[in-house]
Amino acid sequence: MENGNVKPAKFATIGYTLKANMRQYAMLVALIVIMLFFQIATNGILLVPMNVTNLILQNSYVLILAIGMTLCILTGGNIDLSVGSVAAFTAAIMGTLIIEQKIAVPLAILIGLLIGVVIGIWQGFWIAYVRIPPFIATLAGMLLFRGLTNTILKGLTLSPFPKSFQMISSGYIPDLFPFIPNLNLTPIVVSGILSLILLYVQIKNRKRKIQNNTEIIPRSLFLMQILITILAINLFAYALAAHKGIPIILVILGVLIFAYHFFTTRTVPGRYIYALGGNEKAAKLSGIDTNKVLFFVYLNMAVLAAVAGIAFASRTNSAFPLLGTNFEMDAIASCFIGGASSTGGIGTVIGAIIGALVMGVLNNGMSIMGVGIDWQMTIKGFVLLMAVAFDVYSKNKSK
Amino acid sequence: METVLEMKNITKCFGAVKALNNVNFRVRSGEIHALVGENGAGKSTLMNVLSGVHPYGTYTGDIIYQGENCTFKGIRDSEKIGIAIIHQELALIPYLSVGENIFLGNERARSGVINWGKTHLDAMQILKKVGLKENSHVLIKDLGVGKQQLVEIAKALAKEVKLLILDEPTAALNEEDSNNLLQLLLELKKTGLTSILISHKLHEVVKVADSITILRDGATIETLKVNHDEISEDRIIKGMVGRELVDRFPKRTPKMGDVYFEVRNWNVYHPQIEGRKVIKDVNIKVHKGEIVGISGLMGSGRTEFAMSVFGKAYGKYISGQIFKDGKELMINNVQQAINNGLAYVTEDRKSAGLIAIEDIKHNISLSSLRKISKRWVIDDDQENKAATTYRKKLNIKSSSIFHKVQNLSGGNQQKVVLAKWIFAAPDILILDEPTRGIDVGAKYEIYTIINQLADEGKSIIFISSELPEVLGICDRVYVMNEGRIVGELTKEEASQEKIMKCIMHSNRGCS
Repeated sequence: MENGNVKPAKFATIGYTLKANMRQYAMLVALIVIMLFFQIATNGILLVPMNVTNLILQNSYVLILAIGMTLCILTGGNIDLSVGSVAAFTAAIMGTLIIEQKIAVPLAILIGLLIGVVIGIWQGFWIAYVRIPPFIATLAGMLLFRGLTNTILKGLTLSPFPKSFQMISSGYIPDLFPFIPNLNLTPIVVSGILSLILLYVQIKNRKRKIQNNTEIIPRSLFLMQILITILAINLFAYALAAHKGIPIILVILGVLIFAYHFFTTRTVPGRYIYALGGNEKAAKLSGIDTNKVLFFVYLNMAVLAAVAGIAFASRTNSAFPLLGTNFEMDAIASCFIGGASSTGGIGTVIGAIIGALVMGVLNNGMSIMGVGIDWQMTIKGFVLLMAVAFDVYSKNKSK
Repeated sequence: METVLEMKNITKCFGAVKALNNVNFRVRSGEIHALVGENGAGKSTLMNVLSGVHPYGTYTGDIIYQGENCTFKGIRDSEKIGIAIIHQELALIPYLSVGENIFLGNERARSGVINWGKTHLDAMQILKKVGLKENSHVLIKDLGVGKQQLVEIAKALAKEVKLLILDEPTAALNEEDSNNLLQLLLELKKTGLTSILISHKLHEVVKVADSITILRDGATIETLKVNHDEISEDRIIKGMVGRELVDRFPKRTPKMGDVYFEVRNWNVYHPQIEGRKVIKDVNIKVHKGEIVGISGLMGSGRTEFAMSVFGKAYGKYISGQIFKDGKELMINNVQQAINNGLAYVTEDRKSAGLIAIEDIKHNISLSSLRKISKRWVIDDDQENKAATTYRKKLNIKSSSIFHKVQNLSGGNQQKVVLAKWIFAAPDILILDEPTRGIDVGAKYEIYTIINQLADEGKSIIFISSELPEVLGICDRVYVMNEGRIVGELTKEEASQEKIMKCIMHSNRGCS
């Protein structure tokens, strides 16, 4: 039924805002609940500074892949099954170039990224222009690149990498303010600056919206959001400070998350991806070259898979034939836990990151508690099912 | 005639919204009872209550069918006692045969094993009843919409239906198929079948209905009976909108300029079927500030023509020339078409016009993103401003610009599509069935918008199957048939008879 109200509603009510963003809030709340649970269950080990840093290092590759996978899923529930194999292939190339050929690390990394681009062009071509369903094209890619990985490595493990390569996943930004022993001040200074920027940008945005008479969330909710975000950033920074400072991989992750969040929410090509997933025919008739969009999404995924491969090889300090097995499943699960729709057009980068963190905390927490790998998998499967069931339920209810 | 069905004081709420408010509805045995009302008046909800889609307990009130109080828990219950509903979107399975579809969920089987011989034998018998001359082994996907609609009716008959509910059965049919279907309903009436017909096409209602119940805003307004009340389209419209619509079309004095848009020698081939020419040597001209109609039956090539002009969005081996303001345009894709000031509002807003899961704002800006962005970054303020402006200007009934398009009514969805293309600031607008499936009030609003656009100096091509509409708002009409322009009539010359004559004449083969 319609109401005759055509005037812009200036303030959305708290209830409405919560309902409209229920999925995002729900997952965030779930993440916090899970963290609290393990914090208690592990007698406080989960949030010990060293373990917080560890959580980031352990899950960096899933986070990187989840970003790219979000874009794939947005285009219409399409997934990329080949990311684990592409990561392995890149790692194998890294190993060959750096360990066997003794090529300089920066040059080798550049070559690794270029290989990601080439693989992306290959897969994007089949998916976007020949229109092979992504599931099949990337299943083929999964086999193909796993095979090539084995060929290059001849079934052997290459190790160790030089220190400079290991730094990517195990290095830290040096302390710029070495005044207090046992406390790395850099993360605290950085988080302070970030908090101020965040506060400034958010308040400015809100003021502008009020001026333009656009609908905004209620003031109380707005303040709470900012407060919680700033609190989280600073607590996190403190944990880093108490350990070894800012991991290099965290900087890479931060840049990627920010860039892709901005890309998907604020730019024209980002909007095209949502449009393609929402209704391809309508997108085409609105002047969007949907083939091109699909092509770039898969090109991008392969590049991010290469990044993940480099990060993972650096972390394990080796390149081995089974590297990256089941990476694709972790990334896909993260996206769906984070609220992406299996039919496309709905989902966010931030959501996928939250989803990946849920999985990461589950893994980490259960490991500390001494839960076996078998049970870990079972529980993760169950969480995925529940998250999506919640999605379906809330969607039906709002109808 | 005795009463076969009575629905008493039906009230049904969705959340806080009352979709039906104390509705009373009575159907006599063996009649065709039409149920009319604007979109959102509650017709479909009422029928969903009746057929058990909304089970007993989710509404209040009583359903009395053949003297018995009914408490349906689902569709199966209502089907068991002979009530069947045919929804607007056909529920046939494209890759199964006609016979399989007819007996779907009602298989000719013994202990779970299907008797195929009996299936197809029985199917042929029922097909004869509905007058469909097709083999029961033919796959549904190979039939046209008109024939599919007949299969739906056959499917209902196979369940030994006594009360048949048809929700907009002719919405997707052309004139001829519609007439066949209505004729069939009259035939079935003679055999004692009672039917409830939901339709927006009032001339059909007037033609076949014995009684007409009018709903407005979830309440029964009145029931008109043939031989008892005066029955005319105007009378029904008065009941539907609550006032007399003096003019169904807003008045306008055209302010035409020179020839602005021209398509010459346009030829298009079918994208899949090799060698089949869909558009043949079409030439049209549109002046500045003119509304030109393209009339013709469904399948006459109007949509194919429009889409092929709009950045080759349809067809292949396209040849011909497009001129705008005397200059030839080179258009090879939709983006170029938009850049050259063309806009095409599709006939199929749900599947090709809107992104249903997105909000009003994102839909309106979709084809103009480059305009409101700098270095590929979208200016949120400009986007909000545009959406707010058009929401107000076109009177899109919604809670805000963040309202999801899928939750809007048909008329308001169409306004969103129009807003999207008006925002793209085109010089030439091609409107393909812009008022399909929307109610009288919203239609009037959309005509007004179209008139405004013409007065602003835009050239408008208006495609429609509804002849009164074409005659009502166009300044000039091209008649199309089988991919050719077979007539051109000025506003003064044009009439329904003349348009049909042009079509019939060309069918006989003498151009």
